[in-house]
Amino acid sequence: MNTPPHLLEVESISKRYGNIIALNDVSTHVDAGEVTCILGDNGAGKSTLIKILSGVHQHDDGRLLVDGEDVRFSSPRDARAKGIATVYQDLAMVPLLSIWRNFFLGAEPRKRIGPLEWLDSAQAKQIVRRELSEMGIAIRDPDQPVGTLSGGERQSVAIARAVYFGARVLILDEPTSALGVKQAGVVLRYVLQARDRGVAVIFITHNPHHAFPVGDRFVLLNRGQSLGSYAKGEIDQQELTRLMAGGRELAELEHELAQIQR
Amino acid sequence: MAQTAAPPARERDERLVQIGVLKRMLTRPDIGAFLGAVGVFLAFGYFARGVNWLGDPAIAAGWTDQAAQYGIVAVPVALLMIGGEFDLSAGVMIGSSGLLLGYLATHAHMNIWPAIALVLLFGLLVGLLNGYTVVRTRLPSFIVTLATFFVLQGVNAAGTLKLTGTTAIQDIDSADGFASARHLFATDLTQYAFKVKVLWWIGLTLVGAWILAKTRFGNWIYSAGGDPNAARNVGVPVARTKILLFMMTSGTAALMGVIEALELRSMQAKEGIGLEFIFIICAVVGGCLLTGGFGSVIGAFFGAAMLGMVQLGIVDAQWDSNWTYTFQGAILFAAVLLNLFVRNRAQKTR
Repeated sequence: MNTPPHLLEVESISKRYGNIIALNDVSTHVDAGEVTCILGDNGAGKSTLIKILSGVHQHDDGRLLVDGEDVRFSSPRDARAKGIATVYQDLAMVPLLSIWRNFFLGAEPRKRIGPLEWLDSAQAKQIVRRELSEMGIAIRDPDQPVGTLSGGERQSVAIARAVYFGARVLILDEPTSALGVKQAGVVLRYVLQARDRGVAVIFITHNPHHAFPVGDRFVLLNRGQSLGSYAKGEIDQQELTRLMAGGRELAELEHELAQIQR
Repeated sequence: MAQTAAPPARERDERLVQIGVLKRMLTRPDIGAFLGAVGVFLAFGYFARGVNWLGDPAIAAGWTDQAAQYGIVAVPVALLMIGGEFDLSAGVMIGSSGLLLGYLATHAHMNIWPAIALVLLFGLLVGLLNGYTVVRTRLPSFIVTLATFFVLQGVNAAGTLKLTGTTAIQDIDSADGFASARHLFATDLTQYAFKVKVLWWIGLTLVGAWILAKTRFGNWIYSAGGDPNAARNVGVPVARTKILLFMMTSGTAALMGVIEALELRSMQAKEGIGLEFIFIICAVVGGCLLTGGFGSVIGAFFGAAMLGMVQLGIVDAQWDSNWTYTFQGAILFAAVLLNLFVRNRAQKTR
């Protein structure tokens, strides 16, 4: 039987930093129009995994497959060329720069006459307005500095930008962790918007309550090891939370706390 | 350009409060410098009314000459600051370049035009060195260019002494082609002795403002200063941008050295030293943040105009000219406070 290859797949991937095993034998995949959530506590290996996927680091063992093809990214630019865009938690935007300048930073639309070349700012602003409103982001003024946006809005603009520039795989690094409940909800809605536009989303988080409502697949990491990969329906939110918290450890903690209280 | 498609009808966002013109203006980085320049102009109109400060074109020719000397180099210095870096060697580079031109003209007996080309090339080279060192070592540009400053200062003094036995190179006008070069760089424009370098000043300001607001490179300058990591992440060549800015700064300082050498026909070994801070004051008065990412070339223009007026106005008002420094310091301080206010507004406006 011949199934079409996954858009992005990692197979038994491992990464060591010196004598520290940051990631050991982790496998998962994501397809267009799907959200794969990578869950794990601090130090679980989430960051290492996205750094490999986005081309910042290279894996030591295992395989990284894009469209079924074995690849090895030498730089973030390399990954971007394959349509893999990463939105970092706090490194996505220049706060003092306006929304439209941020949106097109590094890929500015230009007009030219002879040797003179300049920004097509009218078109840029129009595109920004259109793209953001298509994602359901109400934008006040594209000339506004990004620093005046809330954290959720900033993440949303970054997501819209990645989608506009043809991201096939969108990696979101803890997009909700620094946000309040309401703001996090806003960002989750844009994650779904991106998914509905056919983007494969990899959503990194340590919060099962954020992951469960949007995810199609859940990968749990703990101390660099995979605790399992579950499709939606194979696992409920309670079990996810329990696994996330490290089930047994949490039970031990409860026991200890009970002892102290006595 | 004709609108091809009808622009999407923008529904009014209920959160979009109409911002008054005045409030909107107050979020611009250059408005403070403009108001300051107007204020200083009017103030000397009163204090120096004895020499008809407001009405006499010869007076205006005087202070615009001074302001151009500050403002020409303040343009790239402002761009560099917006890009997040300093250049403390920009002042001494004027001297180095003028002396080099003098050497090439009087001792190497070159025609002035190829000599000018060589001097400008030398300026770009020093900027390349500054920029490359800063980018590669990741040392603060403050330190790197301070080192360049002192190295060049020593070379200027020792080289001039060895060459001429004095502290200046004279007779630059003995070079072939001097008259035509002076015509382009250092002539008087009108009967009131407006200098042609005022046109250079205005022209470079317009070019600088255009680059910053309207080109891709301008966008990169903002982002390189505002958040180099974010810029790098989206593919902006931050290192190249910064190196180019250093080259523009040193190159423009070299141009200023050429202008002065042609104007004065001689060059002092100490020329330009101290001006590096004046350039930075112009940029800061113009709204440039010390932390980068924000500022204006037009603002630096008005900053230079303000400092030029102070320099000459104090003399015209018959005050002790020692007060000039105090005024410059006070202007700098007021500008920094105003910038703080404007930046906070820019961060918070909605």
